[in-house]
Amino acid sequence: MIEFRDVGVSYPADDEGAGATLALHGADLVIPEGELTLVVGPTGSGKSTLLRCINGLVPHFSGGTLHGRVLVDGRDTRTHRPRDLADVVGFVMQDPVASFVTDTVEEELAYGMESLGVDASAMRRRVEETLDLLGLADVRRRQLRDLSGGQQQRVAIGAVLASGPRILVLDEPTSALDPVAAEEVLASLHRLVHDLGLTVVLAEHRLERVIHHADNVVLLESGRGERSVSGLLAPAEAMLTSPIYPPVIGLGRALGWTPLPLSVRDARRRAVVLRERLGAPEEAPAVDRTGAEPVVAVSGLAVRRGTVPALRDVDLDVAPGEIVALMGRNGAGKSTLLAALVGQVAREHGSVRVGTLDPARAKPAHIVRQVGLVPQDPSLILYASSVAEECAAADTDFGLEPGTSARVLERILPGVEPTRHPHDLSEGQRLSVALALILASDPRVVLLDEPTRGLDYGAKRRLVSLLQELSAGGHAVMLATHDVELAAEVASRVVVLADGDVVADGPVRQVLSGSPAFAPQVAKILHPVRLLTVDEVVDAAGAAS
Amino acid sequence: MAGSPRSPRLLHPAAWWLWGLAMAVAASRTTNPFLLALTIAVVCWVVLERREIGMTNPLLPFLLIGLFAIGLRVVMVGLLGDAVAGRVVLFRLPEVPLPEWSSGVRIGGAVTLEGVLVAAYDGLRMATILVCLGAANALASPRRLLRYVPATLYEAGTAVVVALTFAPQLVEDARRVRAARRLRGHASRRVADIPRLAVPVLTGALERSLDLAASMESRGYGRVVHRTTRSTRLAGLLTLVGLTGVVIGLYGLLDATSPTALGIPMLVGGLLCALGALAVGVHRDDRTHYRRDEWHLPETLVAVSGAVPAVVLSVAAAQHWTGLVPPQVPAALPAVPPALAVALLVAALAAVLAPVPPVLAQSRLDLRAGAAAA
Repeated sequence: MIEFRDVGVSYPADDEGAGATLALHGADLVIPEGELTLVVGPTGSGKSTLLRCINGLVPHFSGGTLHGRVLVDGRDTRTHRPRDLADVVGFVMQDPVASFVTDTVEEELAYGMESLGVDASAMRRRVEETLDLLGLADVRRRQLRDLSGGQQQRVAIGAVLASGPRILVLDEPTSALDPVAAEEVLASLHRLVHDLGLTVVLAEHRLERVIHHADNVVLLESGRGERSVSGLLAPAEAMLTSPIYPPVIGLGRALGWTPLPLSVRDARRRAVVLRERLGAPEEAPAVDRTGAEPVVAVSGLAVRRGTVPALRDVDLDVAPGEIVALMGRNGAGKSTLLAALVGQVAREHGSVRVGTLDPARAKPAHIVRQVGLVPQDPSLILYASSVAEECAAADTDFGLEPGTSARVLERILPGVEPTRHPHDLSEGQRLSVALALILASDPRVVLLDEPTRGLDYGAKRRLVSLLQELSAGGHAVMLATHDVELAAEVASRVVVLADGDVVADGPVRQVLSGSPAFAPQVAKILHPVRLLTVDEVVDAAGAAS
Repeated sequence: MAGSPRSPRLLHPAAWWLWGLAMAVAASRTTNPFLLALTIAVVCWVVLERREIGMTNPLLPFLLIGLFAIGLRVVMVGLLGDAVAGRVVLFRLPEVPLPEWSSGVRIGGAVTLEGVLVAAYDGLRMATILVCLGAANALASPRRLLRYVPATLYEAGTAVVVALTFAPQLVEDARRVRAARRLRGHASRRVADIPRLAVPVLTGALERSLDLAASMESRGYGRVVHRTTRSTRLAGLLTLVGLTGVVIGLYGLLDATSPTALGIPMLVGGLLCALGALAVGVHRDDRTHYRRDEWHLPETLVAVSGAVPAVVLSVAAAQHWTGLVPPQVPAALPAVPPALAVALLVAALAAVLAPVPPVLAQSRLDLRAGAAAA
């Protein structure tokens, strides 16, 4: 169905002398019809480039040079522009909102068919079918921007699906979604492959969500200037060598299980003996922090966004050294709570104290010394034209001794070239730079909004050890996240928000292992044994034997 | 509309845009502040009654830009002087001595009441035209209008969609970036900060617009026309010439001071070229339409109600009726010609003639139910 014949993509050297870059090299594979193929690789290994080759966006829309040939249903992408392939390939971009052309759900579904010239009655029928297939019938007349994240993603899939392509290409379809919404989207995809025989190619960082749906895996690797693309591998085989892998694989590898179980169900079967052996481990005594003066004190906080209440009567105290994970659906009020802590939203009633001040009344220059927030899109707070300038600007902003920010950055992200433009950095590097700037003024409270969006496991591991270091140094850390595995790994306490209310607040082990939606994979495999991460299991198994 | 038997539906977007543009033409013909204020009031009322809600209200940014236009015009006149030889001197700015050859240009000096008034009226006219365009945006989403742009105008169509999403995106991004700047300890709204703010705002909005263009392309926009390079080139050339003609023609029409030769003939010529471009590709336009908006009596009535003030004020301007342009020296409050005021009020009928948009009707029902419950 899709044929890559020795495909490479390169971009020429730019005027400022930065060398020619190789975005993809040596892709030589055939993706068969009717299967779900997963593209796996670390950030910057060329996953998006590979996907964009399939419908001709590379090179027709990106510039650069394409070597070799890509054949899609017998059509060569060198001579066929994306619009000429639109009837065969549907392409769903990373950010659904950026891809919407119209205003309402129905119009968006019809847009592609209008362009392809499908006649009106067939179009009506297919819009109805698509609405049913993706469970969107209730919201058919709604405005696209009023929908939830999961609904928007399903509309984006439906919009390309309605024109009847036989290949569906998706670039990180669940990276912005909470676990439940992600499961919804993946279940829809699974049904499309099995019921309609669609060919699906998808890239995803959060392998724990998709690996058990995949028929094939393509591994991309990027070392120092070297790039390679594997052929088509069976998922279990690929996971044996893949540099990035979900916890279920990590557990299988650590315990030497063969064949590797890919799903929680398979792993549970393998883990019967292990569960018995581990029994009920002793609960680690919870660190008693009741004596410590809380560094964040929120009481009775209510915030409105427009006419909708975003937070209702939230009470929350955070002690120094705690790492609190804020979890909950898209739109549950996590970001609003973080924004309230830095004084960015007006509150209706209630009080907020961070460190020694009330952020709603204090000047930003004073707030940054007490509390720092890394926003969801870290590039929002980066605006200089190089990393070095960025650090210098932060030093003057915070009135610090010149070089302080650069030193912090060197500790977090050693070896980043100071002359690089922040926009040219990888997602993980950009996050590190933003974090370094925020940490430079040494705030007592550090807030992170969705820090792992777009991060691969390597970058995530670095983030985890950094946060643990901060916590050991007496900083309080709060992070809003959908990533249960991250929460399991790093948090000491989890607060779950739903519709603006705190519905659960407790030690991480208790909250996460008790909830089906928010349980990390390891907890699901070992339930009722309350262990959350692979490392914990390995330690416990070692102790038990 | 309470008690209306007509069921809620969206009016054809072209009707609202014709109405809005006609109001802009009417506003461009006068500098009488009362007539202009009346125009703004009519436009705002119609927007309140018949707006297509759900999207962010685009009227407010237009109002703000309008206020800015008035302020800018007044400040410039104060600084650089004006052609009006005013008699009532409000105050004197220190005058910058300029060399001989720059006669006619001055910086600083006397600021007269007459000069300031003329500038304010001029600025108000500009602001009113902007508000009329903003109203058209609020009444019918430009994206909906764009669906009626023939596929032959592929390049122009893409550019317009990208531009239309770029501007609101810019406003939204500016808000987010300003919030993010507080995270680095900046509270001020200093002018010196603008360049630092502009970089992330512009790059962010531009990236998203390119994403949108890529999305349109990969969903097949523009694929069914122009199968040969020759017809592509011919249509492209005609489009370019045509659009240039239309733009110059519109400018001529809206700017009362430019020669008449510029207005109508250029507009007609431009339209002919654009039509030619359409003709080249129209028989190959295989696009189909899902639920095309229909043109019924209310559409015609709304378009006519907008056209009435445009025609009346244009005729009045051509025949130099009194009251269109307030007396400059000495400054005096201009009279309001009743005929012109009535003509402008005709446009307000659109708020009654058009059916209520479904979303607005629903939210009003909800409100009423809420009030009844309370």
